[in-house]
Amino acid sequence: MNQYILRKLGWALLTVAFVVVLNFFLFRILPGDPARAVKDPRLTQQSIEALQRRFGLDRPLHVQFFFYVGNLLRGELGTSFHQQRPVTTILAESLMNTLLLIGAGTVFSILIGIALGVLAAWKSQTVVDYGILIGSLVAWAAPTFWFGIILLFWGSSHLGLPIGGKLTIGANYAGWWERWLDIGRHMFLPTLTYTIIYAGQYTLFMRSAVLEIFSEDYILTAKAKGLRSMQIVRDHALRNAMLPTVTVVALNLGFTVAGAIEIETVFSWPGLGQAIIDAVDRQDYPVLQGAFLLLAISVICANLIADLLYSYLDPRVRVG
Amino acid sequence: METAAFGPTFLRNRMAVIGALMLVTAVIMAALAPWLAPFDPDAATRVTIDSIYAPPDSVHWLGTDDAGKDVLSNLIYGARVSLTVGFFASFISLIIGGLVGLIAGFYGGRVDNTLMRITDILLVIPDLPLMIVLIALLGRGFWILILVIGILGWTGTARVVRAQTLSVRERKFVQRARAIGAGNFYIVRRHIFPLVFPLMVVNAVLVISAAILNESTLAFLGLGDPTRLSWGQMLNFAFRRGGMSAGAWWSLIPPGFAIIWVVLGLTLLGNGLERIFNPKLETHHLAVGDEMVARPVAEQPPPPLSIQPS
Repeated sequence: MNQYILRKLGWALLTVAFVVVLNFFLFRILPGDPARAVKDPRLTQQSIEALQRRFGLDRPLHVQFFFYVGNLLRGELGTSFHQQRPVTTILAESLMNTLLLIGAGTVFSILIGIALGVLAAWKSQTVVDYGILIGSLVAWAAPTFWFGIILLFWGSSHLGLPIGGKLTIGANYAGWWERWLDIGRHMFLPTLTYTIIYAGQYTLFMRSAVLEIFSEDYILTAKAKGLRSMQIVRDHALRNAMLPTVTVVALNLGFTVAGAIEIETVFSWPGLGQAIIDAVDRQDYPVLQGAFLLLAISVICANLIADLLYSYLDPRVRVG
Repeated sequence: METAAFGPTFLRNRMAVIGALMLVTAVIMAALAPWLAPFDPDAATRVTIDSIYAPPDSVHWLGTDDAGKDVLSNLIYGARVSLTVGFFASFISLIIGGLVGLIAGFYGGRVDNTLMRITDILLVIPDLPLMIVLIALLGRGFWILILVIGILGWTGTARVVRAQTLSVRERKFVQRARAIGAGNFYIVRRHIFPLVFPLMVVNAVLVISAAILNESTLAFLGLGDPTRLSWGQMLNFAFRRGGMSAGAWWSLIPPGFAIIWVVLGLTLLGNGLERIFNPKLETHHLAVGDEMVARPVAEQPPPPLSIQPS
């Protein structure tokens, strides 16, 4: 038990270390590195050297790397070129917004995905099954950002929903509930986009997982005992399908991040994805570097949690 | 190889056939673009205020875009860019993934362990942010886009190929070949690769669809090559250059449908092929309702394609 957890923990730490190294060297070696961002033609040779000394860019690469790691450990990610604020502050705000969006979307999409997947498997080879299958396949094949654009187009013109952002600019609120109502109105379309796209994937997955379970002999046994289908689905199939579902949801988190970036761009939602795209447009490398690190570490943590959860749900994993 | 059984089995799989047809239409569209498209997207046009985001009419069936160009023609030519990126990028992915999988599976032991650890690490790192970072640093361009998508998309292939190589390596005929004194390279080329290849083809179809989706996403985010109008780039221009406020649905909806068409076609084809190589039961105990039936009567699933050399 403990050994399993330790192994998984060590593995996650190793991956984080790899990401840190990658993150450092990518930005130093590839063209467009921060050392060049300092090189403004208007600067004199002396001020360039002063700047390089100040940021430690005159030191050998490995020394710079240790500085970088040291700063990371203190939660220091540098200062944004563009906003003149610490990257940590900028990212902390964005992270909360992204988590809000992903959290709401994930809960809804899992609930819908499980319900539709079980229904499709139960009614397999019928019109219901084919309908759900085609719908989920289209949701799977549709680019997330395009789906967002279509919903934005429809929602802003027919439902009078805001076209982007998190709060109405210049609005005064009588209390916190009005503020959250406003956030809710802004969140509706992004969350809907997210929910539909990912519900499609979870439906497809649930369907095949449940189909497999339905062909198991213990389902036949349960039927022979005289249980109604409803009971079999609830007590035998669903319970066993939860296991692979947990893994898939966690493994999906990497893709979830991609979806968040696309949705945030379409709806100008001030999250991490928006921060990354803005940083690319403005060549704001400290923010870009920090945001990538934060995203990668979040996904690694999510995977670790999934592994631990899986071992808790299925004790066989710990032994094997 | 017993490939004679492939044709009929394939045709019986309706999803795979539909998927293949969808893909073929897109490829034909891309190949015959100069003859199919009513306008040449590269031709210089005189643009007036009325020809920008003009709604569909008898001349421009899908209206015009932000530059006053015909959307339908852009759409047809866009197939070339999107498909080219998809094919080239997945080619890179397949070569890397195939090599890593073959080497890891064939040599096993420490080599396998190291290579799979690296694969696992790459599998965990979120793709899109890494692609964005790479493009932000390397610059925007057609080949850079292909390279970035290609070198990050091989992990799935590597795992599939490795698993198959591992199982083939232990088969009797490989052991016998080794006993007669066949070299490693000879065994891989003559005995292992032919058995791994069909799986790679199935995998390739899915890798291409992922590459096309990635291309459209990156292009939409403004990281594509702005001089080549792929479907994602069309959406980027329509979205960022006032297509929304102009109410120009004709410039926003068709490129999305085109992407769905190709990706869905590839997915159906890939899943269909997978089912042919690895048939699964589609019917089950609860499919007949509450009565007790020993086993739902269904068509016998087609036998797995045996491609074992005789």
